[in-house]
Amino acid sequence: MKILYFSWVRDRIGVGSEELNPPESVTNVEGLVDWLKARGEGYQKAFDDVTIIRAAVNQEHVKFNHIVGQNDEIAFFPPVTGG
Amino acid sequence: MIRVQREDFDYGKEVAALSDGNTGVGGVCAFSGLVREMAAGSEIKSMTLEHYPGMTEKALAEIEAEALRRWPLEKTLIIHRYGRLEPGDQIVLVAASSAHRDAAFDACRFLIDWLKTKAPFWKLEESDQGGQWVDAKDSDNTAHDRWLEKKD
Repeated sequence: MKILYFSWVRDRIGVGSEELNPPESVTNVEGLVDWLKARGEGYQKAFDDVTIIRAAVNQEHVKFNHIVGQNDEIAFFPPVTGG
Repeated sequence: MIRVQREDFDYGKEVAALSDGNTGVGGVCAFSGLVREMAAGSEIKSMTLEHYPGMTEKALAEIEAEALRRWPLEKTLIIHRYGRLEPGDQIVLVAASSAHRDAAFDACRFLIDWLKTKAPFWKLEESDQGGQWVDAKDSDNTAHDRWLEKKD
């Protein structure tokens, strides 16, 4: 799956996007976050407080219980600040 | 119409285009957002807007479609810039034209309120203290919620 990071989430992880293949046990956004956190310090810092992390699946805002699949594009970012 | 662009825009020309050639328009309401020089007590040198190409256009199109569904509008416009901007620069323009002012005023306010909580943009402010990502404000969520339709 393609995973994108924006704003300070990207700064902390160190990359803007990556192709990853999480195990089948990862079925939703929450599970994906837990799996990512185990990948290293940057991920841990980025996802330290998930209450200030928002997610999108295939470019739509979603909640953390949203299902994710291998062909999805998933993005993580802080609350948006446009306008 | 929606546009996501790096370049500046001509406010007068853009707003005039909302009624151009349409004598059914009785009013045009427009809001533009600018880079302010002060943020959290320190002077801003620049503001860099990042966005999520693809999702941004999708989110703005959905907000515009929702405005057109709710009010009897002739035209709507959303222009949002990205990239590095300086104090005084234009960031965003939303506008709506309608036969009557109420629809134009309400739609204009709705467009900017929902854009602020739904469109995937992030602001990085640069001052003498370095770069700082701007936090979302609770008041933006309150402004968003005032446009939620009551469900029976």
